[in-house]
Amino acid sequence: MAVAIILLLVAVGSVLFHIYSPWWWTPIATNWSYIDHTISITFWITGVVFFAVIAFMAYCVFRFHHKEGRQAHYNPENKKLEWWLSIGTAIGVAAMLAPGLFVWHQFVTVPADATEIEVMGQQWQWSFRLPGKDGRMGTTDVRYISPENPMGVNRDDKHGQDDVVIESGELHLPVGKPVKVLLRSVDVLHDFYVPEFRAKMDMVPGMVTYFWMTPIRTGTFDVLCAELCGSAHAQMRTKVIVDEQSEYDAWLAQQKTFAELSGRNAVTKATYRSGGK
Amino acid sequence: MSAIVLFMAVIAVIAGWWLSQQRLMSKPWLEEGALGDFPAAHEMTWPAAKIGLGVFLAVVGSLFALFISAYSMRMNMTDWRTLPVPGLLWFNTAVLVLSSVALQWAYVAARRDDMEDVVIGLCAGGVAAVTFLVGQLLAWQQLRAAGYFVASNPSNSFFYMITAAHGLHLIGGLVALGRTTAKAWRGVEMPQLRLSVELCAIYWHFLLLIWLALLGLLTGWTDEFVDICRRLLT
Amino acid sequence: MVDVPYDAVTEVPPAEVAEVDLYHPRSWWTRYVFSQDAKVIAIQYSLTATAIGLVALVLSWLMRLQLGFPGTFSFIDANQYLQFITMHGMIMVIYLLTALFLGGFGNYLIPLMVGARDMVFPYVNMLSYWIYLLAVLVLASTFFVPGGPTGAGWTLYPPQAILAGTPGQDWGIVLMLASLILFIIGFTMGGLNYVVTVLQARTRGMTLMRMPLTVWGIFTATIMALLAFPALFVASVMMLFDRLLGTSFFMPALVEMGQQMKYGGGSPILFQHLFWFFGHPEVYIVALPAFGIVSDLISVHARKNIFGYRMMVWAIVAIGALSFIVWAHHMYVSGMHPKFGFFFATTTLIIAVPTAIKVYNWVLTLWRGDIHLTVPMLFALGFIITFVNGGLTGLFLGNVVVDVPLSDTMFVVAHFHMVMGVAPIMVVLGAIYHWYPKMTGRMLNDALGKFHFWVTFLGAYLIFFPMHYIGLLGVPRRYHDIGEAAFIPSSTHTLNAFISIMALIVGFAQMVFLFNLAWSYFKGRPSGGNPWRATTLEWQTPETPPGHGNWGKELPVVYRWAYDYSVPGAPQDFIPQNQPRATPVLQGAAP
Repeated sequence: MAVAIILLLVAVGSVLFHIYSPWWWTPIATNWSYIDHTISITFWITGVVFFAVIAFMAYCVFRFHHKEGRQAHYNPENKKLEWWLSIGTAIGVAAMLAPGLFVWHQFVTVPADATEIEVMGQQWQWSFRLPGKDGRMGTTDVRYISPENPMGVNRDDKHGQDDVVIESGELHLPVGKPVKVLLRSVDVLHDFYVPEFRAKMDMVPGMVTYFWMTPIRTGTFDVLCAELCGSAHAQMRTKVIVDEQSEYDAWLAQQKTFAELSGRNAVTKATYRSGGK
Repeated sequence: MSAIVLFMAVIAVIAGWWLSQQRLMSKPWLEEGALGDFPAAHEMTWPAAKIGLGVFLAVVGSLFALFISAYSMRMNMTDWRTLPVPGLLWFNTAVLVLSSVALQWAYVAARRDDMEDVVIGLCAGGVAAVTFLVGQLLAWQQLRAAGYFVASNPSNSFFYMITAAHGLHLIGGLVALGRTTAKAWRGVEMPQLRLSVELCAIYWHFLLLIWLALLGLLTGWTDEFVDICRRLLT
Repeated sequence: MVDVPYDAVTEVPPAEVAEVDLYHPRSWWTRYVFSQDAKVIAIQYSLTATAIGLVALVLSWLMRLQLGFPGTFSFIDANQYLQFITMHGMIMVIYLLTALFLGGFGNYLIPLMVGARDMVFPYVNMLSYWIYLLAVLVLASTFFVPGGPTGAGWTLYPPQAILAGTPGQDWGIVLMLASLILFIIGFTMGGLNYVVTVLQARTRGMTLMRMPLTVWGIFTATIMALLAFPALFVASVMMLFDRLLGTSFFMPALVEMGQQMKYGGGSPILFQHLFWFFGHPEVYIVALPAFGIVSDLISVHARKNIFGYRMMVWAIVAIGALSFIVWAHHMYVSGMHPKFGFFFATTTLIIAVPTAIKVYNWVLTLWRGDIHLTVPMLFALGFIITFVNGGLTGLFLGNVVVDVPLSDTMFVVAHFHMVMGVAPIMVVLGAIYHWYPKMTGRMLNDALGKFHFWVTFLGAYLIFFPMHYIGLLGVPRRYHDIGEAAFIPSSTHTLNAFISIMALIVGFAQMVFLFNLAWSYFKGRPSGGNPWRATTLEWQTPETPPGHGNWGKELPVVYRWAYDYSVPGAPQDFIPQNQPRATPVLQGAAP
């Protein structure tokens, strides 16, 4: 009796905790509310199954616990019941998987008008690069990295000269514009993680990974690293600020380009003019 | 990971075939009584050592399939420079084939109860296997002398690692072969010896098979072959 | 399908199954230390695994102290925290759970349950244990080498694992990899024994479909382990090459702390593929024996045959096979090609179906049973709750797009602790309460057992259930200090402190259990040969604990499946497997 009640209480308590939990996902800041919806569907389906199984179990313990003279029922199997349960489970699984795959398809299909930006992780700080006036970013390579060129931008690539480089600062993004976030690392795995964005992806040295999103509200958000990257993993932080377009433009105007930072500004600016016009 | 997935599929087919003989659809609660009273499940009549070797070969196969998987994934990276295969490897391959043939001969002799031929076969197989190992070491030395060090290119690293793994398995086999030869020398009864000889022969054939697969991989033939198959399919 | 009437069953002569050449110990050393008897090896495995498991338990306390009360314990810094999580994870997954289920329960139960005298290769079996012990010692030695153990996380992802930004880069990682390689070699030796014993040494009449599900679970898990561990072996060898010889299997060109490294061109993702090709089957290597054992516990203590035995067997086989094609669901956000997400999400969620069938059949076995709420049964019930909970959260993480926000958060930590930490440990504990009488001839103390169960079960649930919500909030895992972030409310720190206190309480409850084990060994109530009135062969041995060779002069002959409980018309509510017909008086039953 007591055992059955405690088992039932575990199930009831879990549901109540779920309903009244003050710990819940952060208010979303991008277009990925689809992901939240999929999680909600999953919570509903799994919650019902969880409660049903535990409640049934508790009832069995209550109803059939040992008493003098009780004999168990002899019943090796019930094919029909098992098949119905399997089919029901398969339907439940499909109800979670189908929206999941649908949203994943959107997640990996980058819209054509997305602006590319680049996030670079290194032990243990973040750097950012935005395309310059030409709208394209220059190529990079780890081998170009030096104290004057911390992001390893290719000096010979004219597209790179006007790239805006933000070394270990904060990133600003305009609200309402889709961005394709290119992710790069120079040493170990990192993961550009902003809880409010929902989207994230590992940064792998030797390759460029990406995800895309459209920020839907302004605000300041914490950036954390979500892939273990060594001693100061927990301290690898910065902020990303989603601005209205006007504020964003004002901020962008103050940033330095790669050419300016690398101290060859006079020469390269001239090249850029002659190359561009 | 296609190599290992393919390998696992083969294992799954074998396991599935075996399970299909085990009457998994029967209702055991209805089948009370001694085994003889209803359609018997196939009893395992092989000796334990032979089954054990079979399972072990599956493990070794999995190991090398994984090496091959890793090789073919790493190969697609830009810094890959294929290692020229030293000509000595062809000689080594021939020696390994001879070794396998010698053990097969020993096994056939064991079935004929011809102890003298068994001992000759075992010794010949052993000597050939040792020659193969020495040849592999020489091939390493040639490569090193030509400037192909273990860390200078992933293709080199794989070559040294995979040949070492294969060689170590052969050394393990030589221990078993040595014990079998010692038994034969001591004049153990043939029925007892026959199984040991058979197991050695199976293991040798398997290692030869793996070596041929590795050789195909290292020379790039496997690659070309897969390419041709792909073109035929599309 | 042949329904043989009781009278038609004739007794067959004793089995003439080839007797294993038993090695007979000649001295105390060869009897108890360098023993080739599977039962002794099982106990050696179990004790070693428990000892190193206690180290991992203490590490978890230290981690929880740091997380619950950040800044209070100055002797735990970020590096040590990472070393603790790494060692805790690796020990618990491999050196405790794998070794205990396969090396411990496998060695003890397989020969007894299939009616064999011993494992088929006793000498190799002994070697397996000693190599395992060596692997454990090498692992433990990393606490004492310069730089300490590696702090790369139990996944050991390169490049981080072998670079200087991670603690334990000098000795820790090298010894860790060496220890893993040793473990795999040792395990392969043991695993060959378990598989071949089931295949070849089953006694007369023990068809596959008459085997208890415990044997099915351990057997399938062992086959999976034999095929999956080579992946970890290959990954370890390649990483050792990268670390010691400077090759670039996994190492791309990189700049570490401003220094250009000589590596170039390698692929960290390659390591992840190899690691998870082992790592995902590993989950089921731990889970399948637990599934099997818990089926038997429920059946025995509910006095009812396991519901849907055939479906249970098929589900074990199906899960075992499917688990080899789901590995990349650990890599949804690793940067691999996104098209893989579709495939692996689908296969992963398909596995939920056979798993769910197992759960249904466990609870349906309780339905109209005669449920004895013994300690093993309580642990089985605890297992069902924690496993259902952890299994269902697996549907979140397996569904690729849901995994994107949740991966690498505390949600993942809560999920896998629930499903492959707490749930299998529930089974291990229940199984020990169940089989301790057979191993020692004495019962474990019941009151202490119930106390142990309730504290462990409720405590563990209170630790890991709320932890999911910390992860849902967005707190990442492997942070020694979550620090200040706008999205983390201060109540989270209170919850963290609560979880830490529960962790300490649950940990101390295990000390009560250890005390019970020791005390009952000398003072426990004598159990007799078959205290639970169970049908399977291990309870029908002529001696308890079973002697060398298990069965005395003659091997048992099996006449029925393992679940003849409460058969209508039978004089008792169980019929042992080696009982020819239902009517005669039973031998070996407890008074």
